[in-house]
Amino acid sequence: MTDTLSEHADPELHSGEPLIEMKDVGKTYGAIRALKGINLTVRAGEVTCVLGDNGAGKSTLIKIMAGLHPHNEGTMKVDGKEVSFSSPRESLDHGIATVYQDLAVVSLMEVWRNFFLGSELTSGRGPFATLRIADMKRIADEELRKMGVVVKDINQPIGTLSGGQRQCVAIARAVYFGARVLILDEPTAALGVKQSGVVLKYTAAARDAGLGVVFITHNPHHAYLVGNHFVILKLGQAVLDKKRADVGLDELTRQMAGGDELTELSHELQK
Amino acid sequence: MSQTTKTPPSAPAEASNRVTLGWSNRLLARPEVGALVAAIVIFVFFLIVAPAFRSPASFFTVLYQSSTIGIVAVAVGMLMIGGEFDLSAGVIVTTAGLVNAMFCYQLGINLIVGAVLSLVFCLAIGFLNGYLVVRTGIPSFLITLGTFFVLQGANLGVTKLVTGSVSTPNINQMDGYKTLDAIFASSFKVGSVTVEITVLWWFLFVALSAFILQRTRIGNWIYAVGGNADSARAVGVPVKAVKIGLFMSVSFLGWFVGMHTLYKFDTLQAGNGIGNEFLYIIAAVVGGTLLTGGYGNAIGVAIGAFIFGMTSLCIVYAGWDPNWFRAFLGVMLLLAVMVNLYVKKLSTARKVG
Ligand SMILES: Nc1ncnc2c1ncn2[C@@H]1O[C@H](COP(=O)(O)OP(=O)(O)O)[C@@H](O)[C@H]1O
Ligand SMILES: [Mg+2]
Repeated sequence: MTDTLSEHADPELHSGEPLIEMKDVGKTYGAIRALKGINLTVRAGEVTCVLGDNGAGKSTLIKIMAGLHPHNEGTMKVDGKEVSFSSPRESLDHGIATVYQDLAVVSLMEVWRNFFLGSELTSGRGPFATLRIADMKRIADEELRKMGVVVKDINQPIGTLSGGQRQCVAIARAVYFGARVLILDEPTAALGVKQSGVVLKYTAAARDAGLGVVFITHNPHHAYLVGNHFVILKLGQAVLDKKRADVGLDELTRQMAGGDELTELSHELQK
Repeated sequence: MSQTTKTPPSAPAEASNRVTLGWSNRLLARPEVGALVAAIVIFVFFLIVAPAFRSPASFFTVLYQSSTIGIVAVAVGMLMIGGEFDLSAGVIVTTAGLVNAMFCYQLGINLIVGAVLSLVFCLAIGFLNGYLVVRTGIPSFLITLGTFFVLQGANLGVTKLVTGSVSTPNINQMDGYKTLDAIFASSFKVGSVTVEITVLWWFLFVALSAFILQRTRIGNWIYAVGGNADSARAVGVPVKAVKIGLFMSVSFLGWFVGMHTLYKFDTLQAGNGIGNEFLYIIAAVVGGTLLTGGYGNAIGVAIGAFIFGMTSLCIVYAGWDPNWFRAFLGVMLLLAVMVNLYVKKLSTARKVG
């Protein structure tokens, strides 16, 4: 996996440079406010962890970076230039690859077609250039093996894989195509202990290859294993925003679990 | 970079748990297999009960009949794989011919100019269908039902206004007729049998569709858009462009068959084509295309059209009342839907191991 990451990482990345900068970003869905006043910088060679309860706005935040929907307040800069993506294609063209929580794969299509969907390898140019089917099958199989996933048949519809395996295909695909920024929305939620470990190793390897990584989770233990920077969202706002040096695992855990409310609760329960 | 993180030892180098699926399983997972079996059964059945079918000439007549439905069905099948319907596909065939014939006849213009104009007009209707569907999110069933009624009414209304009757004047003496007749409606002899050129066009379009669907990125996108449009968009597939393109392919092939009909008969009835949209859909479904999108292929749709052509003529060859044909089509459709459901379940079921 390290070779995949370093081969595909943009050689122009310099550790610490800001890749995505969000200033006062807000997002409303009609009358529902999902995000407000978010300031977040994704830096090359760092893992930015976004934590928060269900409904806190984590997915909304990364969907803005991924181009799935635009923000309607504040500004977002990618590589120093202000952008507002109108489609995921634009985000991908900036080297930003995303593993979505809820939008993973097309069940009826073969594993290898899913792997390369939207970024197919072709020989020649133009709309009727032929697909390099043999190459795509080989690469998809290799990349999945690197993750420890061996599918029975790379030609089988992806809907026949287990949830964890499907998640791994989505991650392997993003690692393969993400040259600058890798965004992972709760990648370990559907996985067992072993595969969670693999995903965390990938996250660390992506960071070491110089990519900017956004890692979303509600598990502070997973976050603390790989994170350089931590942001906790609550009801669409950041309630904690600290560097690794300034925050410990116990503080993250306490904040995630409800912070002071929990302390109060434990007092009440001890009576 | 990080030399410490090596390939996880958990990754088996060999696919120890890999299974080779039995041939029967692999065969059944293909969309066109059900249709192929049905086609062979029906073929043998009519060879037995309809002696008039047992000649090469009748076989080529069947192919011709199949091609008149099969050409538009090629595009309708692709559209359905892409998850949409087009109920205006039947009447647009007539619209295409009417635009060509009346525009040229009234103004005394070369028919080739009218054919190009008609093509542009049909592509515009296809674009409008697609644009309205992707823009509004209203199901294509409703949008194209609207287009269907508009075109059906306009075909008759405009024809009556222009010619005073419901058919177009004969165009076979006009400039450009010979060229267009040669392209769209000629036939040639091979030995004792007459081969209509539309049969060759049909084969060509089927081959092209099969190639696009299996071997190009656009084909990949068509399956993805029909299978899960949101996931497809998320990985950068231009979902709207693909859908609009599919609607335009339907109107292009509708125009093509419209040209055939016009140059074959030299005059057109403005009320033609109504109901054919269902024949295209039936051909696609009988050929293994899923009504919900994301599954199917070009060969299957071609076999579906062939089953249509074969039964519609063989019922006559067998000397039966042709009215039974529709009843038969309905039964075929129901059987096909059930077979498709079964095949889909089989192909997405967890494999052994
Ligand atoms: N497409 C949408 N339309 C309307 N409301 C939405 C939509 N997506 C998310 N929301 C709302 O925005 C809030 C944040 O959701 P989300 O970002 O998915 O949270 P998280 O990923 O942290 O669990 C929730 O209240 C959710 O109901
Ligand atoms: Mg979420």
